[in-house]
Amino acid sequence: MELLVSSAIGVLTAAGVYLILRLRTFAVVLGMTMLSYAINVFLFATGRLIVDAPPILHEGTTVYTDPLPQALVLTAIVISFGMTAVVVMMALGAFLEGGDDRVDMPRSDRLPDSRPGDKGA
Amino acid sequence: MSHLIIAPVILPAVIGALIILWMRNDLLLQRVFSVIGTALLVGVGIYLNWHAASDQVYVYRLGNWAAPFGIVLVLDRLAALMVLLTAVLALVVQLYAVGSGWDRKGWHFHALWQFQLMGVCGAFLTGDAFNLFVFFEVLLIASYGLMIHGGGEMRLRAGVQYIAYNLAGSTLFLAALGVLYSVTGTLNMADMAIRISQMPAEDTALLRTGAVLLILVFAIKAALVPLHFWLPSTYANAPGPVAALFAIMTKVGVYAIIRFFTLVFPQDSVIESVVADLLLPAALFTLVIGQIGILGSRNLGRMAAFAAIGSIGTLMIAVSQYTPQATAAAIYYMIHSTLAAASLFLIVDMIGARRGDLWLRLAPIMPGNGIIAALYFVTAIAIAGMPPLSGFIGKLLILQATAGAPDAIWIWSIILATSLIAIYGLARAGSLVFWKCYEVQGPYAPEDEDAPAHAGPIPPKLEPDEHIQDLGDAASPGLTFAATGLLLAGIVALTVFAGPVMRFADATAHQLHDAGAYLGAVLNMQEGTK
Repeated sequence: MELLVSSAIGVLTAAGVYLILRLRTFAVVLGMTMLSYAINVFLFATGRLIVDAPPILHEGTTVYTDPLPQALVLTAIVISFGMTAVVVMMALGAFLEGGDDRVDMPRSDRLPDSRPGDKGA
Repeated sequence: MSHLIIAPVILPAVIGALIILWMRNDLLLQRVFSVIGTALLVGVGIYLNWHAASDQVYVYRLGNWAAPFGIVLVLDRLAALMVLLTAVLALVVQLYAVGSGWDRKGWHFHALWQFQLMGVCGAFLTGDAFNLFVFFEVLLIASYGLMIHGGGEMRLRAGVQYIAYNLAGSTLFLAALGVLYSVTGTLNMADMAIRISQMPAEDTALLRTGAVLLILVFAIKAALVPLHFWLPSTYANAPGPVAALFAIMTKVGVYAIIRFFTLVFPQDSVIESVVADLLLPAALFTLVIGQIGILGSRNLGRMAAFAAIGSIGTLMIAVSQYTPQATAAAIYYMIHSTLAAASLFLIVDMIGARRGDLWLRLAPIMPGNGIIAALYFVTAIAIAGMPPLSGFIGKLLILQATAGAPDAIWIWSIILATSLIAIYGLARAGSLVFWKCYEVQGPYAPEDEDAPAHAGPIPPKLEPDEHIQDLGDAASPGLTFAATGLLLAGIVALTVFAGPVMRFADATAHQLHDAGAYLGAVLNMQEGTK
C-alpha cells in the first residue's frame, strides 16, 4: 500500500508541475488541481497509513488512526476548492479582456509604445 | 489579559461582513465604517503594544482548549508591533484610497480591505502552524480581490499570475506542514520547538527537509530571489493604494521567517545553520536584483516594485544573521521599509493619475508638479537610505550588526554599491518626470476641443487608459496629499525617535532569541483550560 500511495502522490505531483509549466490558463488550473490532490493524499499519509481503524474513540478498539490529518485534509480541500474557483474566474476574466489564455505577461507590461495587442513575450 | 488579543482578527472580520451584508450599495457608509474599523484597529494595536511592552507573553486559547491541542494566539512584542504597523499603514492608505476615488472603481473594496487586515493580523498573532496557513489563505484570497480591483486587461493578467504563483506556494506550505507534522506529531509552534530540541540528531533528515520547504514558502511570500517573479508585475499593475498595502504582505513572509527560525528552528537546534546559509546569498541577490531593477525599469510602477524587492533584500540580510543585534536592526528597517515602500507606491499612483500613464518618458508638466516632486524627493531619500532619514539609520544599523559576520566584506560592499545604483535610478526617474517636463513646449492643453471643460486643477487624461485612475472624479486630492504626507511624517518620526524605537526593537529581539518565555506561556500556565 505504501508503494501505491507514494507513487500516486508522485505521479499526481509530476503531472501537476508539468501542466503548470504549460503557461496556458486551462492547463495551469488543471495542474493546480492535480497538485492539490497530491497534497491532500500526502497529508493523509502524514498520520501514517493504517487501514480499517477508527479516528475517534470507540469501545473495544485498541488501534486508532490519527484524526488530525483528516481534519487538515478537510480544511485543505475546502481552501483549494475555493481558490480553484477564484483562479478559474480570474482566468476567464483575463481571457475575455485580453483575447488569449497565455499566463505570462505581454511585452506591453514592461516596455512603452507597444500595442496592447502585441503578445510578444 | 482580556479577550482583546483576538480583536485584530474579529474586528475586521465583523466589519467586513457587515459592509458586504448591509452597506454594499452605499459607498459613504462603507467608507465611514471601514475607516472607523481600521482606526479602532489602530487603537487595539496601541493597547496590545502597551501590554506587550511589559515583556510578558500573553496567550489566548481559542475555546479555552489546552495547548497543544487547541489553537492559540500568542501576543509578544513582535506580534504586537506588526499588528500596530499593519493597522497604521492600512488606515493611512485607506484614506488615500478614499481621497483618490480608487475605492469606487469596483465593488467591495472596503470589505476586501477588512478581510485583508483580518488575514494579516491573524498571521502575526497565531501560535499554530496550520492556523498560520489558514490566515495566509485568508489574506491571499482578499488580496486577489484587491489586486484586480478596477479591472483591465493587464491587471487581470497579472492577477492570474499572482494567483497561480501563490496557489503553488500554498500547496508547498501544506507539504511542508505535512512533513513537519509527520516528524514531530504536533502543529503548535511552541510544542514543535520543544519536540525538535529533544529529537536525536540521526532522525532529523525529514525535519531538515520540512524546514527548507517552509523557508521556500515564506521566501515566496517575502519575494526573495529567485522566488520573486510574481512581484514586479503584480505590484506594478495593482491599484496604487493596494500596492501600498501590499508593502505589509511581503513583511508577513519576513515575519514568519523570523518567528519560525528563532522559535522552532533556532541555530543551536538540529537544523544548525542550514537556513542561514541559504538565506544570506538569497538576500544578497535580492538586494542586487531589486536595486538594478530600480535603474532598469521603464515604468514607475515597476520601479517602485523593484524598490520593494531591494528593501526586502536589505531586510533579509539582517534577518539571516540570527543575532539579537541584527534582528533588532531588521525590526527597525522593517518598519522603515514598510512606510517608505507604501509612500513610494502612493506617489507613483499620484503621478499616474496626472500623467495618464506610468512610463518613464517625456511628458508635459503635470499639475501639482512641485509638491509631488517634493514628496518624491523625500521618499527617494528614505528608500535609497541617504541621510538624514530613517533609511540611512536602518542601513547603518544593519552594517553595524553585520560587521563581525564572516561574510561582512560581501555584505558591506553589496549594500553600499547597490545603494549607489538605487540613488542613481531614483534620481534619473525623478529628474525625467519632474524636471525634463519643462523641456516639453508649453503647458499641457487638451487637443480635443469637444472635451468637456474641466473645472478642477487636474486636466483630463492624455489618452484613455483604463488601468490608470481618472483623478477628475477624485473625491478629494487634498486627502491623497495628506495621506502621503502622513506616511512621510511617520518616516520622519521614525528618524527623530530612532532611540526609543531601537530600544523597543532591542527588547523585541532579545525576547525572540530567548524563547523560554514564549514556550512557558504557551505550554505551562494552563490552569482553567479544558
